[in-house]
Amino acid sequence: MTTPPTPQAPSQRQAPAPQHSPQTAPAGPYTSPIPVRRATLGDAIASEWTKIRSVRSTMWTLGVMIVLLIGIGLLAALAVNTVDSDLGSTPVLSLGFFGVLLGSICVITLGVMTIASEYGTGMARTTLTACPSRARVLGAKAIVFFLLTFVITTVTTALVAALQTAMIDGAAPSGGEWLQATVGVGLYIATLGLLSLSVGALIRHSAGAITIMIGVVLLPLVLAMFMFTDSLAGLRLALFQYSIPSQLSAFYSTSVAESGPSGWDPLWIMLGTTAVAMICAFVTLDRRDV
Amino acid sequence: MIEAVGLTKRYGAKTAVYNLSFQVRPGTVTGFLGPNGSGKSTTMRMILGLDQPTSGHVTIGGHPFRSLPNAPRQVGALLDAKAVHGGRSARNHLLSLAQLAGIPAARVDEVLGVVGLQDVARQRSKGFSLGMGQRLGIAAALLGDPQVLLFDEPVNGLDPEGILWVRNLMKMLASEGRTVFVSSHLMSEMALTAEHLIVIGRGQLLADMNVKDFISANSADFARVRVAEGVPERREKLTASLTEAGGQVMSEPDGALRITGLPLPRISDVAHEADVRLWELSPHQASLEEAYMRMTQGAVDYRSTADQKAGLQQPVGHGYGQPDHGAPQPQVLEAPQQNWYAPPPPGQNPYATAPAEPAAATADPTERDTSEDAR
Repeated sequence: MTTPPTPQAPSQRQAPAPQHSPQTAPAGPYTSPIPVRRATLGDAIASEWTKIRSVRSTMWTLGVMIVLLIGIGLLAALAVNTVDSDLGSTPVLSLGFFGVLLGSICVITLGVMTIASEYGTGMARTTLTACPSRARVLGAKAIVFFLLTFVITTVTTALVAALQTAMIDGAAPSGGEWLQATVGVGLYIATLGLLSLSVGALIRHSAGAITIMIGVVLLPLVLAMFMFTDSLAGLRLALFQYSIPSQLSAFYSTSVAESGPSGWDPLWIMLGTTAVAMICAFVTLDRRDV
Repeated sequence: MIEAVGLTKRYGAKTAVYNLSFQVRPGTVTGFLGPNGSGKSTTMRMILGLDQPTSGHVTIGGHPFRSLPNAPRQVGALLDAKAVHGGRSARNHLLSLAQLAGIPAARVDEVLGVVGLQDVARQRSKGFSLGMGQRLGIAAALLGDPQVLLFDEPVNGLDPEGILWVRNLMKMLASEGRTVFVSSHLMSEMALTAEHLIVIGRGQLLADMNVKDFISANSADFARVRVAEGVPERREKLTASLTEAGGQVMSEPDGALRITGLPLPRISDVAHEADVRLWELSPHQASLEEAYMRMTQGAVDYRSTADQKAGLQQPVGHGYGQPDHGAPQPQVLEAPQQNWYAPPPPGQNPYATAPAEPAAATADPTERDTSEDAR
């Protein structure tokens, strides 16, 4: 490692400001020659974009997600083609569902890591020293993460849907169905990621928060499967209807449960839940010691 | 200017910082000294608004850190060299911080040059040594070219060249009129870097004074003399003769004498003239390090049991034929007269006259002798 031969503060280079003889207290306090500009949310967004693109975990999780979405989508389409079975009333676009369900685990991981890795490494202290506004840091993280996952999910699901409709002969999906299966799914998955981000901010531990989020996705269905007694039938139905896979399938007009949220309802449910979780995350971030 | 008033931080039953009040002024390097776990880092975190004080408050330039306008342009801090995401390159790490603070990206390359990391700027910081990590942390602190700088243990892990560099950097930053607050647990390092010292132990203020005052109050040469045992009047006789010859004599608990103001040969001559047999005549030096350790010995949280360092500080075993451990020699005054430091009986605070409240750790009002965990 090299050491600069003469340690010199850059400020000295930039400004031939009043030179003080060393060891004597100068007349006034130091003022930086670099123009001072108030930092904004835009600056924080630029910073978060730098952070999210400069670590490998982002590339890995998003890469795996794209591979899962495309791979499983194509496999499903191929399987349907080879057996030459008639899809019947099932819309063609619903073949994308399985890929998205698996891919959501990647989004959950990335969402948690976006904030929990800062606590794991101690980077959070550095970040909050560089920007004491907790709201700005959390907001910038949420915006960057949401836009990134929304764009990637929407583009990938659109690509997969286009390939599937081209491979399989069936009733052509309507414009509304297209919108739901691409933009709708993208919004839903990105919001699910945002929920993971706020859980990461609350738990501050990557593995713990990821486990909780995977539990949130899978546990309701698993629990519902084991509720045999009639007395629990109501709860069982609710768990089926409002479990995340079931909500997700609503975007493809094929619900796991026959009733329950349909159309764009799952998005509003998820948005409401995430808003509450984000508010909790902000309050704890603001109050707790870092 | 950093000002803390009655700062207190409790973590459950453990009091990390208790009623700490001090000021850090611009234009000088202020050293923040204390043993491990004495609350230095907690205090630093409270200054930066990362931890909320249980009571009391701390301001920078009159504002709490979190309500400072343009905080990163006014305050820069190195808290922990490892507080970076290891997967990110040094340059991207600094770039993200610069962007967050609204600092031009060109500044990143400048500070990388200042700390000498320009050649490894694009490597992931996971592979950095502790010294390189410290340099990266210092670069992050300098990014905003701030008026107030906080460094928590900046020389940890640095090679001698790096230590010298940090020392000069601190002095130069202070000479530009900045407030520089540097924590360390090494008295020797602070004696060379800082102009003002704030010493804490168990989260309480032990001393808040100029380094020069600290040195003159705490460092002195002395000779240790033991008279042949069994004849107490010989000791009185020698004491009288030495005092007459211009020396200052103090008694040590084990019966030996501490003499200042006389060179060793002169002591020998005086003893010979007085016809007193000596069993020991040895030169000693109370180093700053020793003075500091004596000051904090009651306030050390983490003490090994088998090999008690504090045991060395007991007058009984004091430096018996031991070399000075190669410890950095303090600036010794030629003839310490009034202020010369007398070793206290164990457990007594030597700083009865310090401007700080003589918060002897033994008289600690909170008495936290249980569950002394980290922080």
